Amino acid sequence: MAFVTTPATLEHAVPAMDNAEVLRIRNDFPVLDQLVNGRPLVYLDSGATSQNPLSVIEAEQEFYEQRNAAVHRGAHHLAVEATEVFEDARQAIADFIGAEYAETVWTSNATEGLNLVSYALSNAALWSARGRGDARLKELAVGPGDQIVVTEMEHHANLIPWQELAFRTGATLRYIPIDDSGALRLDLAAEILASKTKVLAFTHASNVLGTINPVKELVALGRAAEALVVLDACQSAPHLPLDVKELDVDFAVFSGHKMLAPTGIGVLYGKQDLLDVLPPFLTGGSMITTVTMERAEYLPSPQRFEAGTQRISQAVALAAAASYLTETGLARVHQWETELGQRMVAGLEALPGIRVLGPAAGQERIGLAAFDVEGVHAHDVGQFLDSRGIAVRVGHHCAQPLHRRLGLTATTRASAYLYNTTDDVDAFLEAVAGVRSYFRV
Amino acid sequence: MSLDQLYQQIILDHSKARHGSGLAGVDAPQGASTGQSHQLNPVCGDEVTLRVAVEDGRVAQISWDGAGCSISMASASVLSELGEGLTVDELHSIIGSFREVLRSRGKVHADPEILGDAAAFEGVARYAARVKCAMISWVAAEDALNQAA
Repeated sequence: MAFVTTPATLEHAVPAMDNAEVLRIRNDFPVLDQLVNGRPLVYLDSGATSQNPLSVIEAEQEFYEQRNAAVHRGAHHLAVEATEVFEDARQAIADFIGAEYAETVWTSNATEGLNLVSYALSNAALWSARGRGDARLKELAVGPGDQIVVTEMEHHANLIPWQELAFRTGATLRYIPIDDSGALRLDLAAEILASKTKVLAFTHASNVLGTINPVKELVALGRAAEALVVLDACQSAPHLPLDVKELDVDFAVFSGHKMLAPTGIGVLYGKQDLLDVLPPFLTGGSMITTVTMERAEYLPSPQRFEAGTQRISQAVALAAAASYLTETGLARVHQWETELGQRMVAGLEALPGIRVLGPAAGQERIGLAAFDVEGVHAHDVGQFLDSRGIAVRVGHHCAQPLHRRLGLTATTRASAYLYNTTDDVDAFLEAVAGVRSYFRV
Repeated sequence: MSLDQLYQQIILDHSKARHGSGLAGVDAPQGASTGQSHQLNPVCGDEVTLRVAVEDGRVAQISWDGAGCSISMASASVLSELGEGLTVDELHSIIGSFREVLRSRGKVHADPEILGDAAAFEGVARYAARVKCAMISWVAAEDALNQAA
């Protein structure tokens, strides 16, 4: 494939993924082996949530059967074991994204991670104004006259927390627009970022358009503006090799449930020097050093940002998911999904009355495609596909402003993962081909 | 249950030829009291703005604007056709019957004697995710009737 550069060593060591391998992979995913409306389930909604392999389900079950205890407290055997596997999981996830242990913070999901960063930044303003904490907080603090910059293609999770940060602090929210093909208008970005920008937040890969954004160029623009760079890696961390150090972002977030793990667990990566000085978001037990009736002192990262009892079994399961992906090889997964994404787009473009959002066939995109069927509402498309056992997402995909920009309110989205075959894509295309005639369009 | 039981011919027809569709340029009868309600389903973006005009205790006119799936648009069309000419109490009663069927998960059957064409939406009750699509204009009508009262 022309879209992915596979490291030479890997290319020679392991052959590319193919349908035969995917069929073996599918044996690890019990939920995929079922009939829906009398047809074999074709699951093409992994962009919303992915399915769990047995190794992940078993990791969580094993934790509850053998090690369940509160972590970081208690001197008993189970507490020690639970703490060990919990922190081993953190190290495994740090390794998975090229981060350090203390730079890897557990959250409930990516949304919470983005809220954490946005609240830490407004808390920085409060602390700084009241002479609390590190002197660096003064420069990190977001306040009136500052800018926060996002893009027009963001998921609501990477938009609304910044709207609210702007509201709390008096800062101004601006965005980098997209062109009609769904690419960011980088030519406008430098001007937008020129004025006192404190935060530049953008998605690595669009959950609607499938576009992979040029992270390095955006980071360079962010650096030139002396802004903190926040990366939404929800649609990239599960699907392609991610190295946060190489990308040189300040923060990155992703969710476990989109990468073969259970719901309720997500990850915030933050550069050590930032996490060390930023005030916490949530406060309470497990994240303190000394507490008096008047005030508290906080632990360094990662515990600084992990108030209350954590999602222990989910963290353990997430590490098992990362291990599954690493063993399969994320460069291979990315290559396979790229092939599936191209097959989807080429097939959809060949159908009358279908408008695919984002890059055209042949242009780089991740393994998903959102589209509009002329004359048929996305909900009806989804219902029709479901009657054929095909699971897709319908609606605005938590990206209303993007849909409005494209003149749409709702679209249908098919999103693939490592357990999808080309047959899945073909079954999906065949079904989509029948939609307009069914609805008499 | 087959897809055809959900998308009955009446529904597909009404989703194309929409009775009562269009608020702009449609004036309520003079002297009628009117009520208008806007309803939005944030999950899918279905939207309906519906106006009722009541004259002497009767529903003289139901007009609406909307955007959404075939179920939501057909439902507004059927409601508009069915409701005009009924007394306010009769329409309230039919809205109640419709809601009972739609929320029954398929346990309560629609009586065509009462619901007329709206009985065609019985199949929707078995699709939990679509019940709101069918209900949106009926909720708007209920709200609009209360305002017109």
